Amino acid sequence: MKTIKEKHSLAMRWTHWVNFPLLTIMIWSGMLIYWANDEYKITLFGHTYFHFFPDWFYKKFHLVHRLSEGMAFHFLFMWFFILNGIFYILYTLISGEWRELVPNKHSFKEAWLVLLHDLHIRKMAPPQKKYNAAQRIAYTAIIIMGIGSVITGLAVYKPVQFYYLIWLCGGYHFARILHFVLTIGYVLFFVIHVVQVILAGWRNFSSVISGFEVVDDQPKPKIKVADENEKD
Amino acid sequence: MKTKKIKKPLTIDQKISRRNFISFGVFSAAALGGALAWKWLYNSPIETITVTGGARKPLRRALNKTELAFRKVFSNNNLVKTYPKSMAAKKVRVNSDIGIEAEKKFDITAWKLQVKKQNSEMLQVSLDDLKALPKTEIVFDFKCVEGWDQIQYWGGVKFSDFITHYKLDDQAKLGYIGMETPDKGYYVGIDMPSAMHPQTIMAYEVNAKPLPLEHGAPLRLIIPVKYGIKNLKRIGTITFSNTRPPDYWAERGYDYYSGL
Repeated sequence: MKTIKEKHSLAMRWTHWVNFPLLTIMIWSGMLIYWANDEYKITLFGHTYFHFFPDWFYKKFHLVHRLSEGMAFHFLFMWFFILNGIFYILYTLISGEWRELVPNKHSFKEAWLVLLHDLHIRKMAPPQKKYNAAQRIAYTAIIIMGIGSVITGLAVYKPVQFYYLIWLCGGYHFARILHFVLTIGYVLFFVIHVVQVILAGWRNFSSVISGFEVVDDQPKPKIKVADENEKD
Repeated sequence: MKTKKIKKPLTIDQKISRRNFISFGVFSAAALGGALAWKWLYNSPIETITVTGGARKPLRRALNKTELAFRKVFSNNNLVKTYPKSMAAKKVRVNSDIGIEAEKKFDITAWKLQVKKQNSEMLQVSLDDLKALPKTEIVFDFKCVEGWDQIQYWGGVKFSDFITHYKLDDQAKLGYIGMETPDKGYYVGIDMPSAMHPQTIMAYEVNAKPLPLEHGAPLRLIIPVKYGIKNLKRIGTITFSNTRPPDYWAERGYDYYSGL
């Protein structure tokens, strides 16, 4: 027998889907800004392995010579990004949904087992509630990263007025690096997230839009008695 | 003949399709609305040039509103971090020569600072007059809107000292100062609180030597609470007003405030 199993609250779904385009716009406009002084590279022992970003990348996505435009978009959408984030965090705290999200003392050990399971190395996944241990860690981390982006962003944006944020971020340069690294982190998160969602299938995906999942329960004999008469 | 059906409670399947219909419907409508809103914003017309220009109209409105929010956290007590002189760059970066192009001949000896009061009274100040005032030095991290920064060592007269000495206090009650190069090729507008910040100076020295031409000789603005674009080289004229004076980069899509 099918039953409806409530999974995601309306507030969680709303903030999730609002955040997606907002973060996309923040990353895109951030790229327009970063282009004007694209100094980051991965260098080890004097050899540069990767330059953020190659010329073809800027050209392909039309990111060249658009600093003022990038700033104008970035400093408008930051408000929506912050408000959406505050709303989500407050809701999650007040509703108690954080209990299903924040890692508990078993999560870090279990997450390893989840990873082995996902990589088809281990047959059994540890038992879970709404989110498994790896999800708890990932989804909590992404919220902390969001807070980090706001703090490092404000620090770089107003380093004189928010001098204490600069101090907290380890200086102007390091704040800008952190802001950049967090953004790369979102992109990596996004890739893994999308792969996982595809692997988890349609039912799981649709629950983030509809809020529920349909569960096929094996009818249990004890409950059967009264209900069965009504059916034709 | 129609007979009214008695409403039966929905079956599980009906409930499922009903909730799917509503949620996916709302989701699609919201996605479409979002896409249309983005299209509207992205294709919205560029503002007509006044003191600002070059930005999409709604984005310029947003920049101006955001300025108001961040003006509230501005304080003269928030000082720019300073460094020991030994940390200052020996080779100070030159990023732009707009308004002070080398091919335009410029005679430093003939230069005088023109101070235009609001009642169009004019004040002329020579470099020696300014050098007679107390000298303020600052070693700070100069920040460019592009994203680079450099620790630099500047010396000159504190703007607020200049205001007091020339009894311009009534002018400093107005909302803005405007500055432009002698050739009027570059110009900035600065809100009065930022101009009167204790670390804002009109510099005639860099690394304890007279300003070279490419750094805006004989006198330039060093305003550490703003991005480099506001640090006008070679001040020709200073004006006072309650409305925003024209600003070179604000006319080209940048935030008018550009405060740090």
